[in-house]
Parts: sequence; C-alpha cells; structure tokens
Amino acid sequence: MIELRNLSRHYGATRVLDGVSLTLEPGRFTALLGPSGCGKSTLLRLVAGLDRPSTGQILFDGRDVAQESPSERNVAMVFQAYALYPHLTVAQNIALPLAMRRLGRLGRSPLGALSPAVRRTRATLARDVRAVAELLEIVPLLARKPAQLSGGQQQRVALARALVRDPSVFLLDEPLSNLDARLRIQMRAELVALHRRTGHTFLYVTHDQAEAMAMAERIAVMLDGRIAQVGSPRALYERPATCDVAGFIGAHPINLIPGPPEGGLPPALASGQPAPERPLVVGLRPEHLTPAADGPVQGRLDRVAFQGDVQVLGLRLEADGTPLRATAPPDWPAPDAGSAVRLGYRPEHLHLFDAAHGTRIANPGEESSCA
Amino acid sequence: MRLNRSVREGLTDLLLAGPATAVMVLLIFLPVGIVAVLSFTDYQFGAASFRWVGWDNYRAILADPFGRRALVNTLTYAAITIPASISLGLLVAIGLHGLTRHQPRLAAVLRAVYFLPVAATLVAMAVAWQMILHPTLGLVNQALGAAGLEGPSWLSDRALVIWTLAAIGIWQSVGYNMVLFLAGLAAIPPHLYDAAAVDGADRPWDRFWTVTWPMLGPVTLFVTVVTATSAFRVFETVATLTQGGPAFASDVLVYAIYREGFVYFKAGHASALTMVFFALVLLFTALKFRVLETQVHYR
Ligand SMILES: Nc1ncnc2c1ncn2[C@@H]1O[C@H](COP(=O)(O)OP(=O)(O)OP(=O)(O)O)[C@@H](O)[C@H]1O
Ligand SMILES: [Mg+2]
Repeated sequence: MIELRNLSRHYGATRVLDGVSLTLEPGRFTALLGPSGCGKSTLLRLVAGLDRPSTGQILFDGRDVAQESPSERNVAMVFQAYALYPHLTVAQNIALPLAMRRLGRLGRSPLGALSPAVRRTRATLARDVRAVAELLEIVPLLARKPAQLSGGQQQRVALARALVRDPSVFLLDEPLSNLDARLRIQMRAELVALHRRTGHTFLYVTHDQAEAMAMAERIAVMLDGRIAQVGSPRALYERPATCDVAGFIGAHPINLIPGPPEGGLPPALASGQPAPERPLVVGLRPEHLTPAADGPVQGRLDRVAFQGDVQVLGLRLEADGTPLRATAPPDWPAPDAGSAVRLGYRPEHLHLFDAAHGTRIANPGEESSCA
Repeated sequence: MRLNRSVREGLTDLLLAGPATAVMVLLIFLPVGIVAVLSFTDYQFGAASFRWVGWDNYRAILADPFGRRALVNTLTYAAITIPASISLGLLVAIGLHGLTRHQPRLAAVLRAVYFLPVAATLVAMAVAWQMILHPTLGLVNQALGAAGLEGPSWLSDRALVIWTLAAIGIWQSVGYNMVLFLAGLAAIPPHLYDAAAVDGADRPWDRFWTVTWPMLGPVTLFVTVVTATSAFRVFETVATLTQGGPAFASDVLVYAIYREGFVYFKAGHASALTMVFFALVLLFTALKFRVLETQVHYR
C-alpha cells in the first residue's frame, strides 16, 4: 500500500502541488486524472523518488521512503516520451533493470563473460527478457534499436522494461498520448488485461477522462495541484463533488446553469420539484437532456452535430438565451436551425452545487437512493 | 528544346558543386600530386633539373636516426595529447555542466577561462610559456625551488622536452574539447537519466556508463578526430620554443618538413616527409570513421 500524506511541492514561489493526500491500495488500478499543467507528472516523480516533496510524507507499506532512491523503492515507470536507451537493442533495453540488480559492475562489463556464475545469471536474464517480450508480442523486435521502431512498438518496449521485474508499483505517465486513436483504444484494453494478469498496483496518469473512465477502478481527479475527488468512475460521473469535477468528467461537457440569486432552481428548468432555498448552480449532462414533446425546457435550436451513435444539439433557452447542450437519439428527426424544441430530463439527473463554493448539495432525488 | 528532367537536375548539381570541386582539385589534389611526384626525386628549390631517386627519400627518413626521430616524436606527442586532452575536456565539461545548475555565474566564468587558450594565438602564448618554463627565472621552477625541489630545465632536457610540449598542447586543446562536450551534454534528454535512476543506475558511475558516455558518442568521435589531426600537425610550439632541439629531441614531422623544405630547400626530402604525414593523418581518420561511425550513430 502506498500512502501520500499532505504532499506539497513548490518551485520558488509557484506552488505546483498543494496538500495532496492519496492512498493507493495494493493491486488496484488508480488513474490520476487532470488537465494539462495541474501537477500530475510532478506528483508521479515524487512517488517515484525522482524528486523530493517540499513538505509531506510518502509511505510504502507504512515505511517512510523519503531517503530511498527510485531503485530502492523498486518502482517501475513508463515515461511519456518512453525514454528508451537509443544505443541499446530492444533486448538490452529490457534487460538493463535486471542487469543493474542481479549483476555487479564486473558482471555487466564485457569481462563478465569470463565468469561461469555471470554467464548463468546472463542466461536467466535472457530468459526473463524473452518471457516478457512474448507477453507483449515484441519477440521479433528484440534485436532492433529503438530508432527502428514505430511509436506503438517503442511504447511496448517501454512497458516491457517496466514489467520485466517485480516492482512495488507501476507508474505510467500518459503512456498512450503519442499513439493514434485506434492504437490507443487497443493499448487501453491491453494495459487493463496486463494489470489483471500481473496483479500489480498501477498509478496511471492521464488528462483524458474517457481513458481514465475506461481503464481505472479508481480515479483521483486533480485540479490545480489538489486532489478534488477520489472515487470509482461511476461515482465521479453520478455524484461529482464539485462544479469543476462535474465539468471535467463526461464525454460531453456538462451544462452548468446558474439559478436565481434568491435561491432555488432556474425558472427555465423548474418542473415543480423542491429545491434548497439558497443560491445554486445546476448541472445537467447533455446526455440526460433530450427532446420530449411535453418537456418542461423550451429551447431554440442552433445547430445539430451528428456523431453516429448520438446527435449533439446546441440550443439557447427560450427564456433568457442561455446556451445549452443536449443530445438526441440518432434517428431523431432534427428540425431546421431556429426551430423551437421542447426538452425533458429526469429530476434525479440534476446536480446541485453551492453557487459560492461550487460544492455539491445533495439532490432531493438522490438522497433516497443514497440512504 | 527542353532537356530531360534528370539531365537538367544533373546540370544543376554540377553547377552548384562544380566550381568548389574544381578549385579543390586545383589547389589541393594537384599540389598533393606534385608533392607525391617530387618525393621520388632529389629536387632542390631553385635547381634547374632533378633526378629520379625512387624510394630513396623514404628510405632515408626511416634509416636516418633524425628522420625516424621526427616520426617517433610526433607519435609520442599524439599518444600523450590525444587521450589526455579528450579525457580532461570531458571531465571539465561534466564538472561545469553540473556546476551550472547550482552556480551558473561561476560556471560561466570558468568556461571562459578554459576557453581562453583556444582563442589566444599559440605563438603569442609561447612567449609566456618560455618565461614560465625558464630553468632559473621561470615561475614553475621558482615555485618548485620555494618548495625545496630542484626543477628540471623543461625545454632543454632531452628526455623531458616532448612531454613539456605535450602538456602545452593539452593546455591549449582542453578548452575546445570542453566546449564541444558541453554542447553534447546539454543535448542529452533528461528523461534518460530519470529512466536510468528507475532502472537502478542512480550512482554517478553507473549514470555515466549507462547514459552519458553512450549519448556522447558522436561528439566524442568528432572531438577525437579534431584533437588527433591537430596533434599530428603540432608546429607552433616546436618552432617558437625549441626549434626541434635540443639535438632533435623535439623534432616533429611538420617542423621537419618546414626545416627540410624552407631552410635547407631539399624539396624532395620534404615532399617525402609530407607524404608520410599525410598517410598518417589519413589512416587515423579513416580508421576512426570506419570503426566508430557505425557504433556511435544508433540507427
Ligand atoms: N522545474 C520547474 N520549475 C518551475 N515550474 C515547474 C517545473 N516543473 C514543472 N513546473 C510547473 O508545474 C506545473 C505542473 O507541471 P506538471 O509537469 O506536473 O504538469 P502535468 O499535470 O504533468 O501536465 P501535462 O499533462 O501537460 O503533462 C506546471 O504549471 C509547470 O509549469
Ligand atoms: Mg505531465
């Protein structure tokens, strides 16, 4: 188990991480999700031991690792840019972490071949390399140099180099961001399968919410150097803790509609349900706002984007012109732009946030299910 | 009439590369050819005629103890300066590269100090060295004397003089090599060091052999070729400080060429020496590229 306690990291006056606390349970796949520049890589480097926190503690199985180097922590890391050694073949790249651990300096030098013990160790190294290469289907590439590989192949080699030993935790820094969309989807599935097969603890950094939702068992959403919420993909989607998390999670950006200053729901959405009498921001996901002949929301259609499985509608509220996004099934007969459209939603899909702090207020519809 | 496209492109290439090639042939290959021919004659500058002497000039170089001396001295000088100035240049570069992170000002000053000998002309510097190395009044021997030691005569001791000249050669080229190595070090992607740390190579020695040294391969090749050619061409220090003396103990190939050709006007002999010098440099360069080129560009 890995515990991060109240970690902060400053560069001069800039505060990149600000009191981050997070627990990685053994064998779990945790995603660290956040927009570019929020401090994800910085956090990962602290866990790896490549950098030191300004304040706070990191515990591996209850032991403070402040004084331990990355190799003493026994972390495995896949870097965003792969960081393969260009002068070594694929096989040598994968073998290096093993050679560093199992062979002495003399054993790694060409002279090592003279000692029978070293020769035996080298043979087991080659076997281990071969096994991991088979797992990742890169056996035919073992003799090549990294410059002779495609991006996807380099990625597999980087994974193999991390997998070849038995690390305490796997740290992956946006490993799929350089791949094309199709390969990315394929590698997502392979990484998840790899996690199942190996049973290691994974910490997976990404800025792509779809990737995090598809792969992780738990997601830690990081915004501006703080952990905004930790939970399962479903929990983050259904009960985002803040406006910002709600805005970050979901394939279609959520509608955030301010209510009247005296409190209650915005009149345009009101369909008669009760609401707390305090200033609110109401969140309603586009996928939960759909055309309905007798719906309470009256909008005017701006544009329709057909996406195959869904049509995304851009509208304005009839009452005050607030822009809204909604969705419709692909077979919905879209009227011309400028037409009036009535939309409906289920009350339990409304997310209520405090207007001043952006924190979640329990939805009257959700309390019954939560209790 | 329109020319065929490949003919047109060929003509363009010829137009671009032609003049420079012509000048090169005229000014380099032609003289080399003439020198090669002269090396088989007993031609003297100003003489009206010459005789073919075959390999006599070459035989003389190898048989004559003084001729052999120049060759051996040049090789000794190169064998000392090449490894020393490369490894010192690398050491200083690594030190300064590390220092830049903590003390950027100090690193910049030191960089300039190390580069100074490169910018200064060696002939002017030779005057300074002459004074520093003077047997009785020189700074070095004064300092040694103050410490109770008797300093040798650096430039007139037959066993010592080539080492003294080599030391000056190293002093002069370390700065240049350092600048090249610094550029090479700055180009190493930092994430390779991170990867090495995660893989278990986090002590300085392992970091150096896992990342720094292999990534500096192309720079090291270039530095080696440049350092080697300038070591084989050593001339200024010999001409200004020792004139090849004492008793030819510091005679080197290029200085011998100069002496034979321009002092004694023995063009044939000087030409043969020149050809030996050429062969040496060419051999070295070809060897370097053949052996190392395939190993330092990782493709
Ligand atoms: N050495 C440094 N000096 C000063 N600021 C830094 C340094 N390294 C990172 N930062 C700042 O820290 C912030 C977080 O950087 P970090 O690399 O952790 O972002 P990230 O979340 O990984 O982003 P991305 O998704 O783009 O990789 C950025 O605003 C960056 O400018
Ligand atoms: Mg990053």
